[in-house]
Amino acid sequence: MYKYDEYDQQMVDARVAEFADQVKRRLAGEITEDQFKPLRLMNGLYLQLHAYMLRVAVPYGTLDSRQMRMLAHIARKYDRDYGHFTTRQNIQYNWIKLEDAPAILADLASVEMHAIQTSGNCIRNISSDQWAGAAADELTDPRPWAELLRQWSSFHPEFSYLPRKFKIAVIAADEDRAAMRLHDIGIQIVEKDGAHGAAFYVGGGMGRTPMIAPLIKDFVPLDDLLSYTEACLRVYNRYGRRDNIYKARIKILIHELGADEYRRQVEEEFAHVKSLGIDPPKAEFDRIAAQFAMPPLDASASDEIDRTDPDFAVWVDQNVAAHKVPGHAIVNISLKPIGGIPGDASSAQIDLMADLAEKYSHDELRVTHAQNIVLPHVRKADLYAIWQALDGAGLATPNLDLISDIIACPGLDYCSLANARSIPVAQKIAQRFADPARQRDLGELKLKISGCINACGHHHAGHIGILGVDRKGTENYQLLLGGSGAEDVSLGTITGPGFDEDGIVDAIERVTDKYLAERTDGERFVDTYRRVGMAPFKEAIYG
Amino acid sequence: MVEHLQADGEEPCVTLDAFLDQSNATAVRLESDEDARALIPFLDRLKLIEVAFPKFRDGRGYSSARILREAGYTGELRAQGDVLVDQIGYLKRCGFDSFAPEKSLNPADVEAALSRWPEHYQGAADGAVPIWKLRHG
Repeated sequence: MYKYDEYDQQMVDARVAEFADQVKRRLAGEITEDQFKPLRLMNGLYLQLHAYMLRVAVPYGTLDSRQMRMLAHIARKYDRDYGHFTTRQNIQYNWIKLEDAPAILADLASVEMHAIQTSGNCIRNISSDQWAGAAADELTDPRPWAELLRQWSSFHPEFSYLPRKFKIAVIAADEDRAAMRLHDIGIQIVEKDGAHGAAFYVGGGMGRTPMIAPLIKDFVPLDDLLSYTEACLRVYNRYGRRDNIYKARIKILIHELGADEYRRQVEEEFAHVKSLGIDPPKAEFDRIAAQFAMPPLDASASDEIDRTDPDFAVWVDQNVAAHKVPGHAIVNISLKPIGGIPGDASSAQIDLMADLAEKYSHDELRVTHAQNIVLPHVRKADLYAIWQALDGAGLATPNLDLISDIIACPGLDYCSLANARSIPVAQKIAQRFADPARQRDLGELKLKISGCINACGHHHAGHIGILGVDRKGTENYQLLLGGSGAEDVSLGTITGPGFDEDGIVDAIERVTDKYLAERTDGERFVDTYRRVGMAPFKEAIYG
Repeated sequence: MVEHLQADGEEPCVTLDAFLDQSNATAVRLESDEDARALIPFLDRLKLIEVAFPKFRDGRGYSSARILREAGYTGELRAQGDVLVDQIGYLKRCGFDSFAPEKSLNPADVEAALSRWPEHYQGAADGAVPIWKLRHG
């Protein structure tokens, strides 16, 4: 994985010093909260319902055991002994004191981490495929490109006061594990005539106006990647709407201009930007790519897994994925125990996952957009020992991509924007469907919950989505069906009138019962929904 | 890098519309929603372009500045309006070389902000050598 050189370290150190100075001026009353707000936001510090929340960047979701242990240390020392992994592969802490923030950033900088641009109207942390570099189906490792974009976008002088936040994802497999087309820019590394290039999808997003990004350019030569991205951003910075915060994302600009007109403007800008020499030479890409080289894995390692222990076998079938090197596997650690808070982990659990990565996964971990953790490079022979250790720490729930593997935003328990709580609903649904055999029978079923229309819980992209709203002072939950954030990307449709907290759980059960009655062999929930449409489900729900 | 002070006898800026109409002026003011490229045919006779920042959050002026510098403008490029110390570094990188903040800035803070970053990741309009170029000589 990528290691900082003196330049990278100098950048984060300077940022720590800058933010310490800004906090000092704020605490001394020299700058107003209005002036301080964009500065703290660009350092990942939000003011929430009860305290400051700090969001720490995990670039493209990749980290080593030393960094993971630092995340545990921060949870223990500055928070309430836990952290919350997010849908953008970051981690956030919910109980931070403003005066501690500079010290936390200094701790992070000591392990090559930061909170730069994890919020604010700037280019956010670049996200990627959590199985990058390990997945059997990838064309190449997308992370060197993500790192190149990370450096280019860090402290970008022109694009730090954009109309609105800007999220970029980079993948390199046809199976989309990063919700790429629901980003402001989604990049897929593709192959044409033996050469690699970048397909640019621009203008996707969730929020109150969900949109799937249209293809803007099918093949951008990789030598032009940064120039082309810069052109995309410049058109947005100049013409994105600034009169209405709810219409300020690039998806609205592209929707209003039309993809063809946006493409024309980007091409015109690109023709100029390309002449500026902002694309690094191949030597810089090679320098970065060398650091993402596959660790030395023994391809002659045994492909056999001893499945004698039935609980272990269930976990292997559900949570272990194919690795590109024989004898190896990708382990997905669920942070979704039945009745738990989706994405939360205690400092002890974070330390344990760090230990396992160091011992069994070439010192590497990943954070997933579904709020789980991955050990990307594991020998199959070590799976049982890993499972035993995880099981002892409450981390072996065998529910990857099943109904209880719920994405949920923090909701009204923490968030100042929320209209309704998300966490208790997630807990009740998981408890209703707790029986592992029942979950497996339902098969792949991605359930996603947001506590307001900003859609941090990706409800539009859930096979089953839940949107919490405020209806005359009480929490009300709308139900959506048929969304997907994967390569079969689609937006969910609202079933009809909403429900209270218990009613929504009952409604979901009626939906899954209907699916079981309607499905044909091999059909996932979302396949059945797409085949039979909303009507039978609506009838099952509302009678 | 000093704060701009109104010089005696400085020609006042005209609006973009007025400039395009009469066009013998040498100083023009660009509002944040106006197209900097409209000035490109006239850059050689402009001495001052003032770019408005009605709110510090309105970042259009950063692109305006880069477009003007990239088109070869070498005259004074002034950021006017809600210009705060924490934006000065980015403004300078985009090509601004003078500042007319509505609320005056503490010179020590400006100095600290401008000397904070020894290097930069990306090329911009200030001629700084990007880190990737430093790495590869």
